[in-house]
Amino acid sequence: MNVKWLRPLQVWAVAAMVTGGAVSADAVTLRWANTGDAVSMDPYYFNETFTLGFTGNIYDGLVARGKDLKIGPALAVSWTILDPNTWEFKLRKGVKFHEGQEFTSADVVFSYHRAISAGSDIKANFVSIASIEAKDPYTVIIKTKQPDPILLADLSFWWMLSREWGEKNGATEVADIHHAGVNYATTHANGTGAYMLVSREADVKTVLKKNPDWWGWKSGFGNSNVDQIVFTPIKESGTRVAALLSGSVDMLYEVPIQDLGRIKAAGGKVFQTAETRTVFLGMDQFRDELIDSSVKGKNPLKDRRVRLALYKAIDEDLIVKQIMKGAAVPATSFVTKEMAGYDPNFKRFAYAPDESKKLLAEAGYPDGFEVGFDCPNDRYVNDAEICQAVAAMWAKIGVKAKLNAQTKSLHFGKIGRLETSIFMLGWAPGTIDGQNALDNLLVTRNDATGYGRFNYGRYSNPKMDALVAEARGELGVGKRTKLLQEALDMAHTDVAAIPLHYQQVIWTAANTVDLAQRADNMFCWYWVNMK
Amino acid sequence: MLSYVVERLFQSVLVLLVITGVGFVLFRYVGDPVLNMVGQDTTEKEIEQIRQELGLNDPIVVQYARYLGRAVRGQFGKSFRHGRPVLDLFAERLPATIELSGVSTLLSLFLAIPMGVFTGIRPHHPLSQFFLSFSLIGVSLPTFLIGILLILVFSVLLPWLPSFGRGTVTALGGWTTGLLTLDGWRHIVLPAITLGLFQLTLIMRLVRSEMMEVLRTDYIKFARARGIRPASVYFGHALRNTMIPVVTITGLQLGGILAFAIITETVFQWPGMGLLFLQALSVADLPVMSGYLLVVGVIFVTINFTVDLLYLAIDPRLREGIRGH
Repeated sequence: MNVKWLRPLQVWAVAAMVTGGAVSADAVTLRWANTGDAVSMDPYYFNETFTLGFTGNIYDGLVARGKDLKIGPALAVSWTILDPNTWEFKLRKGVKFHEGQEFTSADVVFSYHRAISAGSDIKANFVSIASIEAKDPYTVIIKTKQPDPILLADLSFWWMLSREWGEKNGATEVADIHHAGVNYATTHANGTGAYMLVSREADVKTVLKKNPDWWGWKSGFGNSNVDQIVFTPIKESGTRVAALLSGSVDMLYEVPIQDLGRIKAAGGKVFQTAETRTVFLGMDQFRDELIDSSVKGKNPLKDRRVRLALYKAIDEDLIVKQIMKGAAVPATSFVTKEMAGYDPNFKRFAYAPDESKKLLAEAGYPDGFEVGFDCPNDRYVNDAEICQAVAAMWAKIGVKAKLNAQTKSLHFGKIGRLETSIFMLGWAPGTIDGQNALDNLLVTRNDATGYGRFNYGRYSNPKMDALVAEARGELGVGKRTKLLQEALDMAHTDVAAIPLHYQQVIWTAANTVDLAQRADNMFCWYWVNMK
Repeated sequence: MLSYVVERLFQSVLVLLVITGVGFVLFRYVGDPVLNMVGQDTTEKEIEQIRQELGLNDPIVVQYARYLGRAVRGQFGKSFRHGRPVLDLFAERLPATIELSGVSTLLSLFLAIPMGVFTGIRPHHPLSQFFLSFSLIGVSLPTFLIGILLILVFSVLLPWLPSFGRGTVTALGGWTTGLLTLDGWRHIVLPAITLGLFQLTLIMRLVRSEMMEVLRTDYIKFARARGIRPASVYFGHALRNTMIPVVTITGLQLGGILAFAIITETVFQWPGMGLLFLQALSVADLPVMSGYLLVVGVIFVTINFTVDLLYLAIDPRLREGIRGH
């Protein structure tokens, strides 16, 4: 072709091929989208499901959670408890980081010091640990301050970084969030994991490719035919769904539940499973007079009969059916079936508005009362709609809830300052263990120890506190589970708060995509297979 | 003359101060940024420490004064979320916004002027009626809906064009462009139409009314009487006289398009300034939000200032008046 004016076009075409075609033509590519992006490629920067889940495909932990969230070996192949405070971990041999460094115990020790450095947001996972030391290149000794039954759970979202890489690139510490900083690890990644970072444009596009040498392919932990991952955040839900329907992405979440029917009708796949998150309503049981109620001089919510009346006035089945379109399961407690402490015998208090009225009358409020009700409107699935429905149900028994639904930053700020009487909160224990829910939501609030930090209603039952305290140091699995169950049952009987439902994790994909969905809402690419 | 310029300049600075001041106060009501920066297991003590170090506990006036003090030295702080200087983020996102605004402006001009001329010359032609009713859609439908409709029709029902993003982008020094590849052009079509539709309507109607006005004037009648070809009369004489208001309006609109690309960028996940602002808003990233407001303020103030100066150059009466002071 010697047409002169076409020449620039040819240059552009070549440029397009160079920028677009890093992987061969028959490579299997998974293009997927989410509402937002991972905040950082540094897995210690922000303790949040999406960021941890994303980096978990690039990095590995000492232990890993399977499709059912059970903990199994990863970079550690086995572990033994030498004495109640000493654990010995044997490391996997022959594992290499993406840039070629060999993985040894020195990297574990390095990662530990990095994880407890000033800028780290995952420090809370290490509060029970006294020290982590290398015994030899493939043995690590972890000493705990007191016997820690959930040590493995604490370690299950802790990804290993290379010491050599960290030192070479000035990333030995986490970029300090206090000063809003960045360092090499914010935009680069060098893990031992299933996928390697190829390019990263925060909030725009991230490209990764398969790590053919990953231990998980060999051990059978992961199996995927995907060679390349292209991730794009798409903020607007309509655009996101359109991208799937038009075939520009293969998989996405989060999905508005009202769009599920349309996606299915267009031949898409919908994956649904109960999440580890419990959505519940807390109630102020501490103040002698509520801050925003018509009842003066006393606090009606201190009376168990009133709390029970509120509980029994909520038709949770209707909420699940009408508002959640079936994409939720009524909650019987504050933990889900994956967690220690869950008991299949837990039951909800049955929906019975007539009994509620009687209970209110007995408590001295035959005509009900007025009370404030705080909700987020952009945090949980259909959160504001749920609160509106609850307020309407309470109105039937005479309780006028003044609903204040607002954006999450404002909502969590307000309830965090305890300026609330009744509030909505959702909780998914980071350790996937009942202990975490009890420690954060239900035990007596104690600013010194940090226990009960999210117990914004300040419910307090010393007997339950004692059970939880005992469970904290109990290494016997059976005994510990019993203690947690007993404590949760006590909270239920006391109506410490009103659990509503377990939200569902909903993902959608093109019908060419096969994947494994985990209840903690982490998307593991190493279980994706595409036709 | 000089005093006039100085006065306008002073007013511009005042406007900027008011914009940023009001924004600064309003932004306090979008929530606590620190809660969006740490996970649920971070201790209360640590959160308080971060708040303290970021200066969020200081009175609002102190925070504003500090912000202004840094801003005049060209420091706009670092994004709470990305940890990077706000100016770097803007520099990365600005090309996308400028490109989108530019293409949509050109697109609307190229379509609107011929449409306006046609409807002006042949007001009763069925095609004119169609253009006019079509343009009603442009002014009456919200941008958001237009974008979603275009995606539905041209991405989902007819899978011709991509629904999100910028496509293949080429880096040229500090600038990135999607206009060098076919893929990039395919990506810009729908957002450019969405953003430009309002402007298209406006310019088309402007050209139409100006045309009708001009065609009634004597010199056009004389030109016709002399037997000059109609095409030459319409485009050589009439259209040229309609261009002055068109250029003015287009210039003024450009600022608006640059600033209010927020919605279009969100609908099409276009990685520009508007999307950055919206993403910042949802996590209360104060430095980015304040910086964005300042940038938009500067754009508007600059355009208005330029227009003021242009009037001065164009209108001799204004100059006379000033000399008389």
